Amino acid sequence: MSEVGRISIWFFIGLILLIYGIIVFGAGIYGLFNPSFGADVVLHQLHSDIWWGALLVILGLVYIFKFKPGKG
Amino acid sequence: MINGTFFGFTPILASTSSLVSLNWIDSVIIAIYFIFVLGIGYYLLKYTKTGDDFFLAGRKMTAWIAGLSFIAANLGSLELMGWAASAYQYGILATHWYWIGAIPAMLFLAIIMMPFYYISKTHSVPGYLKLRFGESSSMLSAVTFGFMTVLMSGINMYAMALVMKVVLGWDINFSIWVSSITVMVYVVLGGLLSAIFNEVLQFVLIWLGALLVPILGLIEVGGWGGLIARIHQNFPHGDYIHLWSTLGSFKDNPMGINWIGIVFGLGAIISFGYWTTDFLVVQRLLAAKDLRSAKMAPIIGAGFKMFVPIIVILPGLLGLAVLPHLVSQQEAVATGAQSYNEVLPLMLARYLSPGLLGLGITALIAGFMSGMAGNVSAFATVWTYDIYKPIHLKLKGTEREDAYYVKMGRWTTFLGVIVSIGTAYLVQDFASIMDYVQALFSFFIAPLFGTVVLGMLWKRATAAGGFWGLLSGIVSSVGMYLAVKFDPAMLKVFALSADAKTMAADMYRALWSWLICVGVTVIVSYLTKPKAEAELNGLVRSCTVLPSEGDLPLTKRPIFWAGVVLVVFIILNIIFW
Repeated sequence: MSEVGRISIWFFIGLILLIYGIIVFGAGIYGLFNPSFGADVVLHQLHSDIWWGALLVILGLVYIFKFKPGKG
Repeated sequence: MINGTFFGFTPILASTSSLVSLNWIDSVIIAIYFIFVLGIGYYLLKYTKTGDDFFLAGRKMTAWIAGLSFIAANLGSLELMGWAASAYQYGILATHWYWIGAIPAMLFLAIIMMPFYYISKTHSVPGYLKLRFGESSSMLSAVTFGFMTVLMSGINMYAMALVMKVVLGWDINFSIWVSSITVMVYVVLGGLLSAIFNEVLQFVLIWLGALLVPILGLIEVGGWGGLIARIHQNFPHGDYIHLWSTLGSFKDNPMGINWIGIVFGLGAIISFGYWTTDFLVVQRLLAAKDLRSAKMAPIIGAGFKMFVPIIVILPGLLGLAVLPHLVSQQEAVATGAQSYNEVLPLMLARYLSPGLLGLGITALIAGFMSGMAGNVSAFATVWTYDIYKPIHLKLKGTEREDAYYVKMGRWTTFLGVIVSIGTAYLVQDFASIMDYVQALFSFFIAPLFGTVVLGMLWKRATAAGGFWGLLSGIVSSVGMYLAVKFDPAMLKVFALSADAKTMAADMYRALWSWLICVGVTVIVSYLTKPKAEAELNGLVRSCTVLPSEGDLPLTKRPIFWAGVVLVVFIILNIIFW
């Protein structure tokens, strides 16, 4: 089974994705208002950090909710 | 290379400045990663009480967990960087190491071999050899595997530290000690269970950290069509985008290899040897909760393996399109230009802004740590069960209690990491050791596959046949390597062409040593007395009644999914022919 004891590995993965998502998304928002932040990367105008960060947050929340301790 | 380290791949130390500079946000992301893996190790300590828990993760893993861990143990950071560099150098040909060099072998392992590894209840590949061929073959395989695994771990550690120095400007000692102590702590605490949990986490982070590079790269060049056009424009005289059509002869492709070497050397022997008998990866499957999961795990792994080129090969190809001025390592040292060995970090730096870059670098670190954890957990098992235990039994006449072996496993993990660190420093002073040890490791892969597959599929194979076949295969492989080393003209004899290059020599050496192993095993077996069939139940195909899967719906059967993966594999090869 994917769980050993009470907490599933997928819960840990959800947690770290959520934390990373918040940081990356936050950095992207900061870059939106500070154009020099990260401006040296190619395709900076796409603000990939915002949507990639948002994706990580969503994935993280899905895993946390689905595999939260005590569920199932 | 297929064992997680790319042959000959070393970053250069041409300049003192780093390729990438990290923002504090990136450093926070990397620090969180270290806290997480240590936290998981600490959390799992209370669930790691028995030998089965420590060495086989309690045999409770689902097919998904075992399958992802199986792939992650192979997906080292040097593999990521090495094959991205290789894609820049050789083009899409490098994909062969992910497709024909992996998929058929994984499916063979799942459908044909896994039942015997699993049903025999062995804890390791040498453990299977002990049951099938006796102590001699098992000990030969265990000693060579244990010795080479811990040395390889040190070599990977040094190469990774070098990468971190070149890419990030980190001190080599800092990289070696921080990463290896982290791995040591979480494996000592939670054993294979902790290694597997962290490998799954690392697998996810590798993908999410590296996937943005090919996505943004393709946007920049205008999709696949734009990529091909840019490569043609930058390199009008080379063919970088065909998998098979340039393999008619050694001269037609930059790799200096032909289709026979790729199909029979890589696809049939090296790949089968690595994926079906290297305990580093097979151990993850033995941790599966039941036979169906153990069979499904490598199929799931194969499904993911087919798409790893998206994060490894594609960045290399994109490098050809957007960074056309990268040069070879020697040229970079001489001219101060950038080498294609660093194409992956260069692409990370090109597209990833602060935060995302931290995620990308975490992917590289995660790759390194998953590979190292694989090495030390496999080493601890083989040392404890296949080397120490039989010797202790022979000398003292009794076995120790289970808790004693768990303690031994923890100490072995600790000592394995210390020896790895020692090896890393040894390599720092004597760089040529790296080439020799990597070559040495490759000597055992092909013959071991010959011995194991004959053991599983041919009931007439005897203990003496197994041992002498394995030994002669190893000795002949070493002999061919030394012959070419001392007289390069011998390459023409072994690789069938004077135009063959190093890769081709590796492929052909594997092929010959496997044939010699099989030949000697067959001859000696016919000259010696076989075991009674009753003793081979659970070890040999024709002597074992395998559990039926007839009651399962089609979509639950491993053979169905193996077929699906095989069809996708064939389609991909045709598309990129």
